[in-house]
Formats: sequence, C-alpha cells, structure tokens
Amino acid sequence: MAGTLRSLSSVSALTESSPILKTEALTVRFGGLAAVNNVTLSVPRGEIRGIIGPNGAGKSTFFNCLTGVLRPTSGRIVFNGEDIAGLPPHAISRKAIARSYQITNILPGATVLENVRIAVQSRRHNWSMLRHHRVYADVIARARAVLADVGLAGKEDELASNLSHGEQRNLEIGIALATEPKLLCLDEPTAGMSVTETHATVDLIRRIARDLTILIVEHDMEVVMGLAHTITVLNYGEVLAEGRPAEIQANPRVQEVYLKI
Amino acid sequence: MDQIIIQTLHGLVNGMVLAMVASGLTLIFGIMDIVNFAHGDLLMLGAFVGASVVGTTGNYWLALIVAAIVIAILGALLQITTLRPLIGRDPLTTILATFGISLVIQKYALWQWGPSVRQISEPVRGDFTLFHLQYPWYRIATAILAALIISGLWLFLKYGKYGIWIRATTQDRVMAQAMGIPVPLVYTGVFALGSAMAAASGVLFGPFAGVTQTMGFDFTVRAFVVVVVGGLGNLGGSILASIFISLLESYAAIVVSPAQAVIVSFVVLVLTMLFRPTGLFVPTPK
Amino acid sequence: MLILENVDAHYGKAHVLHGVSIEVRAGEVVGLLGRNGVGKTTTLKAIMGMARRTGGRITFEGRDLQGVPPHGLAGRGIAWVPEERRIFRLLTVLENLRTGLDRPGITPARRDALLEKVYAYFPILRERRNQAGGTLSGGEQQMLAIARAMVLEPKIILLDEPTEGLMPRMVAQIQEIVHALHRDGVAILLVEQNVPLTLDAAGRVYIMEKGTVRHHASAAELRADQRVIHEYLGV
Repeated sequence: MAGTLRSLSSVSALTESSPILKTEALTVRFGGLAAVNNVTLSVPRGEIRGIIGPNGAGKSTFFNCLTGVLRPTSGRIVFNGEDIAGLPPHAISRKAIARSYQITNILPGATVLENVRIAVQSRRHNWSMLRHHRVYADVIARARAVLADVGLAGKEDELASNLSHGEQRNLEIGIALATEPKLLCLDEPTAGMSVTETHATVDLIRRIARDLTILIVEHDMEVVMGLAHTITVLNYGEVLAEGRPAEIQANPRVQEVYLKI
Repeated sequence: MDQIIIQTLHGLVNGMVLAMVASGLTLIFGIMDIVNFAHGDLLMLGAFVGASVVGTTGNYWLALIVAAIVIAILGALLQITTLRPLIGRDPLTTILATFGISLVIQKYALWQWGPSVRQISEPVRGDFTLFHLQYPWYRIATAILAALIISGLWLFLKYGKYGIWIRATTQDRVMAQAMGIPVPLVYTGVFALGSAMAAASGVLFGPFAGVTQTMGFDFTVRAFVVVVVGGLGNLGGSILASIFISLLESYAAIVVSPAQAVIVSFVVLVLTMLFRPTGLFVPTPK
Repeated sequence: MLILENVDAHYGKAHVLHGVSIEVRAGEVVGLLGRNGVGKTTTLKAIMGMARRTGGRITFEGRDLQGVPPHGLAGRGIAWVPEERRIFRLLTVLENLRTGLDRPGITPARRDALLEKVYAYFPILRERRNQAGGTLSGGEQQMLAIARAMVLEPKIILLDEPTEGLMPRMVAQIQEIVHALHRDGVAILLVEQNVPLTLDAAGRVYIMEKGTVRHHASAAELRADQRVIHEYLGV
C-alpha cells in the first residue's frame, strides 16, 4: 500500500517536471534539402529558451513546424504530453501555443485595445453575435491587463497604425499573450528596433516570462544572451550545441560557425 | 458535315483575331499588372480610324498601319497621363481608371463618327474553294495576317533588344531598373504596343461585321476569358486559348444561336477557375 | 567616390538605419560586416534608392544621388549584385547579360569584347549561354549575377553576400573573382558574413550593429586583434 502511494507520488513528480515541449528527431525536408534535420530538444516548463544560428540554420522552419504552419516530414512534437505534429494553426492555438511574427500582424484600422480584445475574445468566448460586446466586461478587463503587461496601458484608444514601430511589435506580443498561451514563440521580437526600443522589449519579455514558457529566435546576441536560461544553436538544420549562455559563448564550435560561414 | 468545316474555319479565323487582341491584353497585364478594361474600345477606335482611312483613300493596308500608329500614340498618352500616376496604388484604382477610359472612348467615338455603322471593305475579294464549299478569301487572309503579326510580336519579344527589356521588366522590375532599363518607358511602350495590336485587330475584324461603337465590348469580355484560361501573362497560352474558345463557340453555334454560343466561353472560364486556376495551357503548377 | 553621410532609412515605420556613414574610394574594396538583421543589405538598398531615405546624404563622384531614378544608377557606374542574385529566370544566360550589354551608345565591338571578357572569367557561362537562368545551379547563378554587373563596366559594384549558401569550393572561386575585379580597378562594397574572406579581400572594413556603424578599421588591424570581430559577429 505504502509502496503504491510512493510510486504514485513519484509519477506525479515526474509529470510536474516533465518538459512542456519536446521534439523528437524532428525533420522537415523540401525536396532533397533538410531544412530541419533530426532536431531533438526538450524545453522545461517556465524556461526562456533562445534559438540561435546563422542564416539558413532552420530557425524559422522549426518555428513554423511548432505553430502548425508547416507539416514536418518526420519526427514528433510533443506539447504538454500531446502529439501536435501536423496539426493546423488554429488547432495549435487552441492548445495554448501562441506566436508573434516578424511582420506585424496587427489590425491597423482598429484601436490598440480592440486589437487585444479580439484576441482575448477568441480564447474566452465563442463568437456569439447575439450578445453585445460590452456585456463581456471580463474581456475588456483582461485586455487592459495585457496592455499593462506590454507597456501600452496609456495608449488603448490609439489607432494601432499610429503607434511607433517598437510599440507595434510590443502590441503584437500583447495579442499573442491575450490568447493565454502556455508557450509563447517570439520570432525576432526586436528586429528593426532602436537600442531604446530593444531594451523596453527585453524588459517586457522578462515581465511576462513569470507564468509562461518562452521560445525566442533572435539575431541580437545581447538580447538572447541576456534573456535566455538555455540556448539551442542550430546550424544547417541540426542542433549544434545546447547549454547556458555562458557555455555557448565559450563554445569554440559555435564561434567557428558564426565567424566562418 | 459542311457545317462543321465552315464552323471550324470560322473558329480558326475568329480565334486568330481574338488571339491578337488577347496578346496585347496579356502583355499589358503581365508586365504592369493592369487589367485594361479599355482594350476593346481601343480596338473599336482603331476600327473607326481604319474605316475613315479606307473611306478617304480606299487603301486597306494604309488603314491598318495608320490605325495601329494612331492608337499606339493614343495608348501611350493615356498611360502617361492616367495610369502612370497610379502605379503602386491599390489595383482597384487602375481597374476603375481603365473602365473610365473605356466609357470616355465609347462616347467620343459616338460623337466623332455618329451612330451609323461604318464599313471597311474587304482587302481581297472572292472566295476560296475547299472541296465543294466556298469560303471568303479575306477571312483566310485575315487569319494569316493575324498569325504573321503575332509571330512578329513573338520574334520581337524573343530576339529584339527591347523585347528583352520587356521580358526582364515583366520578371523582375526592380532588378531590371538596377540594370539600367528605363522601366517607366518600357511600361509606356508596352501599353502602346498592346493598343496597336488592339487597333490592328479592329481593322482586321472590320469587314466581318461592320464598325460600331459597341463592337469593343464583346472583344474585351472574350479577351479576358482567354487571358485567364490561357494563363495570366502567358503569351503562348493565350493564343492557344483563343483558338480553343473560338472553335468551341463556333461549334456551339451549330446547335444554338451565335448570341447564345458565347455562353460556352464563360463555362470554360468557370471550369478553368475551379480546376486549373493558373490556366489550362500552363504547365501544371508545382 | 561613394560617400554615405549620416544616412537614416525607414521600412514603413521601422527605423532601420541610424546615421550610417561609409566611404568607398575609387578602386577600393571595402567590407561591410555584421550579424543578420543589422542593416547591411538595407544600406546597399539605400544607395540603390530602394529604401526610404529619411535623413543624410548619399553622393557618388561628388553628385548627390537624391532624386536619381533607380534606372539611372547603372548609367552612373553603380552596379548591384543582390543577396538573392535575382537572375532573370526565364531569360537565357546570354539574354541576362544582354540586359546590361544593350546600353545606349555602346558599339558592337565593345559589346563583343565585354562578352568575351566575362566568358573568360566564367567559362561555365559560355557553355550555358543559351540555357534559361532558372536552370543554373546556385553557384552558377552567383557567377551570372556578377558577370551581369561586370558588363555594365561599373565604377563600383555593390556585392551583397556573394558566398551565402555556396560550397567551400565556390567560395574560393568568389574570392578569386573579387581579387580579379580589384586588379581591374573596380571598387567593391562587399557585404558579407564570411569574416575570413572579407578580411582577405578588403582593405578597410566597417562593422554594423543595430542599424548603425559601430566600428571602422583596416582589415589588417582586425586580423591582428580578433576581439572586435568576436564582439560584433560572434556569439
């Protein structure tokens, strides 16, 4: 009896510390070319994982697989214990994986609040046309909370198109956040930003990382080394190295790949 | 059986004229993404100019050349004044612009030449005997002429210096500019060329059914069907599609009235959009 | 000869270049290094009039390039070999070259001489001259892109990541070609991520980060002290 109880608790301990995301031998082939080749990695709950690699290393393709935009050729993607490889994007979104894009995905003609509100609604309520949107006070409250998280609280009635570039990218993150993801995939969140805007976004990411697991693809080394707990280095679609930022920076193979391609 | 032979000839001849019209349209679309609603009306203007020239000089060939040149110049002016300023804007804007041009041209023609039907007399008389059937020589001549003009266009595009400019600009406008090709001029040139083709088609078609202000509309509609079925921007495809559709229409005219036979084109269009939207005569998209 | 003074550029709302100042003198090979996304290609596009310049000046041989239409640059002696090569895929190799050979005022003799010259540099292009550009391999397309720039008889070539995606053997060939062009007296602004090749080919190097030039030194200095390279291009 005691033995069964102990083994039950160790099983739950295992599930508690089991990774939120696991890929096993993930491969994506385009014709003869393997853009992602046999990638096996495992991301623990609550971690910020940086994915770096030189041009063409397969980072975007990898992301596209995770978020259902691309179908992998072989291998598994296990999210929260469930196999999600090959699921379409809207199904993935329902599984609580959200993604930000390199080209801003916001609705320029809507206000900042409306942009986020729509994302909240997609998660909270069925699209019931009969009830007036103002009835959803909880939706508005949640949207405002998200705006506060991404530093846009004072701008809720601004037209999204009037925001600066950096603010738009942060709004993008807010929209992803509003869908209450468990895993947030950020695709070059600081691309095209000035130094000040970059710092603001890094702070933002640190703030929201409390209850989330974050995967971040970046070219800005300062950003990724400063934010990530663990870094996976991809090269020619394969995992070249994985470890803490300091380990990666000290890894001669990684330096080689970056400086001598 | 006789009917079928005659209709085949009709189909081929009409197909060649339609091919000339469609070539101009697909060239313009392929290079500058302009859906030229005024194309048929440029054809109509060309026919009227041609009719006037034939009326005063009695010379068909002169009419053909003058019509082509005059409408080419008009096309260039239209492009420079109305379409060039719209480059880069929402495509709907250019569609509306060409539609507006179409209306203006139609009304101008009405004002200039009046409502009566003009005639262009045939350049060659007499009939051609196939087995025991008679078929007018001039229709055959028209088809041959159209074929020659289209071949000329193809040769120009393939081997001419400006043909290379046009093809390069169609494929990659930015890189063409980086190579020093004056793209705005190329655009104007292509629009002029397309207009000239339309005008020449108008003169060629003149003897068939007379010249009226509304003759352009049928051509515009059919030419669009052809351009889509043949593959947007695909010259070879639109030629094949022209013949294909014209033949189908001609055969349909055996059983139904010619006015109803036009429905065939639309059926083909809808089927193409459903099953092979990139074009029937285009290699299977990967 | 080519001078960028404090150039700012925007892509839509994104402020992608901040006060970029670069100079390339006649006959020089100048390197432009930096990680992905720092603005190297955007700098070249700003010169070619393809990025929205919102500040600063770009002059070539003393004349401001502001207001020069994009198709006017080739005539002034500026040739562009873009990152994606941008071969006219449906044109043959020869037709691709003709887009540059068929210039106003060029004599048939000069045309033939130029054609012979690029065929001498790139024998494989002579072999494939009637093949469609789209059927060439990556390396061959790169050679065609460079040949296409050469027939413009430019004073400067803007060479954007010529070795990207190429096999080591081809990379070595590109290195040869850059040397040969330099010997010919053509200036080159070489954007690259391949550090050894750039330090070998270039006399001076600018290093960019986050849309601006962060460092400027001679290739020799950078070779001697690798720390700068590590800082801006390494991990």
